[in-house]
Amino acid sequence: MYVEMKHINKNFGDYEAAKDINFGVEQGKMIALLGPSGSGKTTILRMLAGLEQQDSGDVVIEGEVVNDIPPGERGIGFVFQNYALFRYMTVYENIAFGLRVQKQDKKKIHDRVMELVDLVGLNGMEKRYPDQLSGGQRQRVAFARALAPRPQLLLLDEPFAAIDAKVRKELREWLKKMIKKVGITSIFVTHDQEEAVEVADEIIIINEGKLEQKGTPVEIYKKPKTSFVAQFIGTSAVLDDFSGFKGFEDLPKNNQAIVRPEFVEAFKSDNEKFKSLIPAAETGEITKIAFRGSYLELTLSVNGILLKTNRSLERRPVSVGEQMCVLVYRVYILDEEDANIHKNKLLKGVDIEAL
Amino acid sequence: MSRKRKKGKRVIPGFGLTMGITVTLLSLLILIPLASVLAYSFRMSGTEFLELITRPNVVQAFMTSIGCAFVAAVVNCVFGLILAWVLVRYEFPGKRLMDGMIELPFALPTAVAGITLSRMYSDQGILGRLLSHMGIQASYSKVGLTIALVFIGIPFVVRALQPVLEKLPHTYEEASEMLGASRSYTFRRVILPELTPALLTGFGLALARGIGEYGSVIYISGNSEKEGTQVVSYIIMQKLNSGSVDYEGAAAIALVLLLISFLLLLFINIVQITAGRRTKQ
Amino acid sequence: MSKETNHIKAQERVAKEIPPKAEKNQEKKQKGFVPCLLIGISVIFFLIMLVFPLVEVIYRSLKDGFAAYKNAITASNTLSALQVTLIATLIAVAVNTLFGLCAAWLLTKFEFRGKQVLSTLIDIPFSISPVIAGLAYIMTFGRMGWATPLVEWLNDIFGTNISFVFSVPGVVLATIFVTFPFVSRELVPVMQAQGSAEEEAAAMMGAKGLTIFKRVTFPHIRWALLYGMILCCARAFGEFGAVYAVSKARGKTFTLPLEIDALYMAGSADSITQAFAVSSLLVLLAIIILVLKQVVEYRGKREQ
Repeated sequence: MYVEMKHINKNFGDYEAAKDINFGVEQGKMIALLGPSGSGKTTILRMLAGLEQQDSGDVVIEGEVVNDIPPGERGIGFVFQNYALFRYMTVYENIAFGLRVQKQDKKKIHDRVMELVDLVGLNGMEKRYPDQLSGGQRQRVAFARALAPRPQLLLLDEPFAAIDAKVRKELREWLKKMIKKVGITSIFVTHDQEEAVEVADEIIIINEGKLEQKGTPVEIYKKPKTSFVAQFIGTSAVLDDFSGFKGFEDLPKNNQAIVRPEFVEAFKSDNEKFKSLIPAAETGEITKIAFRGSYLELTLSVNGILLKTNRSLERRPVSVGEQMCVLVYRVYILDEEDANIHKNKLLKGVDIEAL
Repeated sequence: MSRKRKKGKRVIPGFGLTMGITVTLLSLLILIPLASVLAYSFRMSGTEFLELITRPNVVQAFMTSIGCAFVAAVVNCVFGLILAWVLVRYEFPGKRLMDGMIELPFALPTAVAGITLSRMYSDQGILGRLLSHMGIQASYSKVGLTIALVFIGIPFVVRALQPVLEKLPHTYEEASEMLGASRSYTFRRVILPELTPALLTGFGLALARGIGEYGSVIYISGNSEKEGTQVVSYIIMQKLNSGSVDYEGAAAIALVLLLISFLLLLFINIVQITAGRRTKQ
Repeated sequence: MSKETNHIKAQERVAKEIPPKAEKNQEKKQKGFVPCLLIGISVIFFLIMLVFPLVEVIYRSLKDGFAAYKNAITASNTLSALQVTLIATLIAVAVNTLFGLCAAWLLTKFEFRGKQVLSTLIDIPFSISPVIAGLAYIMTFGRMGWATPLVEWLNDIFGTNISFVFSVPGVVLATIFVTFPFVSRELVPVMQAQGSAEEEAAAMMGAKGLTIFKRVTFPHIRWALLYGMILCCARAFGEFGAVYAVSKARGKTFTLPLEIDALYMAGSADSITQAFAVSSLLVLLAIIILVLKQVVEYRGKREQ
């Protein structure tokens, strides 16, 4: 492991920001620390950087315990939330700052700064001040500034929070491309799961100072280990009791169940393609149809339980009040802290993937 | 482990240095001298202390100082609100000059203000003549004393209100107007509550300054025991003057004055903390 | 400046200019009875309370002609007082600037226990009577003061003869006391608004304390610092009560305000005119201070 946090604890008064945090990051990987606001993810990042001191536990970088090494000497580049660009310095001076602090040769500094300006595509803007730049340009400067002293590890605190929703997507791709190009190990904090899924190689989910799960985006999506992860990732409906449903009669009673839209299939009873599945399906009534741009979101009432599913616009039109066959492929059943997948047992032997 | 952790605790350097300088200077220049006053007055017994501060002239001086400072602070709240409003909301020629001169009482030495006001409001003075026609004697009375305190206190209120008014968006009033509220209703129910913390802060500062004021009031007040125009600061100063040195008495009165100042400071801090908390929500 | 920068600036200007224009229309619409009344009240209050006194000082100082005026302001007592005033003001501004920078850094860049208490303690001189400041120094360093033996002992060791009351050092101390929080009070809100992110970023890149202050923090606070120093200066040269308590020797330890008091209290028509003549010097200083303050405030706001 290249970067490791071992049994990290941190309290701010009564508030526990980190409870026995353990994880490792491999070299060259891009990791997202994902969690709701106030979950402690930023504190974890700041402890890694040395901006915050843990109450107990060790931060290890390249096999060396760095607890007592001041932040400036840990070889870490840090992109701050809102960037913290030096307002009274130009783009050039901002990027050169870390190099000047190291008292590097002027010529060397110039070359390195110009190299970075070129890398982030800000040629011709070296003499501008931060308030003459757009949000995206500022992010590029912050990125270049953090990279200038050639750090071994790059930390980014909510790098997209200060950017318009429109440009955000574009910048995400740009940043991912850049980081892969530079090949630097990086960890970024975000509260936006879409962002984490899109950019990161691996996601670490944090809630209330606890590490809930670490894994690739697909793993986290497909196999949530805890009830928090199951609810946090994706759009999901939480139901109090699901054992009355066809195909799920064996479920433990009174446990909460999570159903995502993609676990639900709604089709008309005369649909040839789904004919074989009718025995495993309940009947429900459409109570609401919402247009989501590229698809429809149907809300169906099945025996009083409301379920949601997405419907392609290419399929036959439906209307509110219409009776549909409703099939649930699988659910997550929450048991205390854990989440377990349960499949619809009536589907045994049916080749769903072939549909 | 814990020994190891001490180092590098704060990211930004300079904690020890600035803490050292701040606490040293604060202690040497402010706290220790003030503590000497406390120590001096604690040397007295309780009855001695009480006897000193309940002398008729002392009690009267406290009444005068607090009373006049209070009236002046109230007057300042009214005019300060109008001035701040006019300076923030309207455009008119000479506005910048007015804005700059509001702080004249801060910049003008109190002694200069004192002798000038005293002359202006005396029977031969330009304004004093006018007032005496109306049967009001300004100089050498509590009226004059209060006028001097209004002069001293006005910038506190205006400067406390201005930034708050600047931040108060026009949409507030517009929203209220759209909902059918009248101008005066809008002012009382929408604007005034927003300004109250700043107004109270300005009031507190003006009051604190007024109660302890010396230079600007001693000339205009006349310092007559019979007329009740002696202020507390004057009494203390009298006790320090050679010929009638009375350190115990001075220390005892100073202690009471300090106590009043602390209460006012506490009041201002509470106002600001509650206001800060409210805006956070 | 490159063309592109100009272009961006122009764009920003356009973007910024639209709302104020809308507001201006708003104001025009509002011009009616109430605004006129309020402006009227303000102008009258302003004239009576602030302008008249200024005119009064100038008028009275020149009542006996220019020669008398010149005599009054070049009298040896006046010149000595001017000197003491300048010394006290310079030292007070220097000490309080150092203190203000340290205190503001401490209060805005760090979290520690007792911060609120410390910040309140620093504001004490704001709300207490200046006479008490003088009294406090007399009780510390005066004839009966507990620190007097200590000072004497130190004087013996160093062969000096310094006294902290009824002397120029006493005047300086009293002046420092009353202006103590001026600089820190101006700096704290500015530094608080600025936050610590830039300093953290600089520390993250290995910059040391002085570099961080000089290169990152100072550009943010320079106008506020200058502003605080100007306020400190204004209060320092005008202080009366505190200095009056610890200064008794006219022509030696008197400051200009004390000299004015002495002239005025002498009571003769001549000496009163002289008092106003000396006052006019301070009025001039006050006006310079106000103009400087406006300029600094304006520059500071423009840079925000």
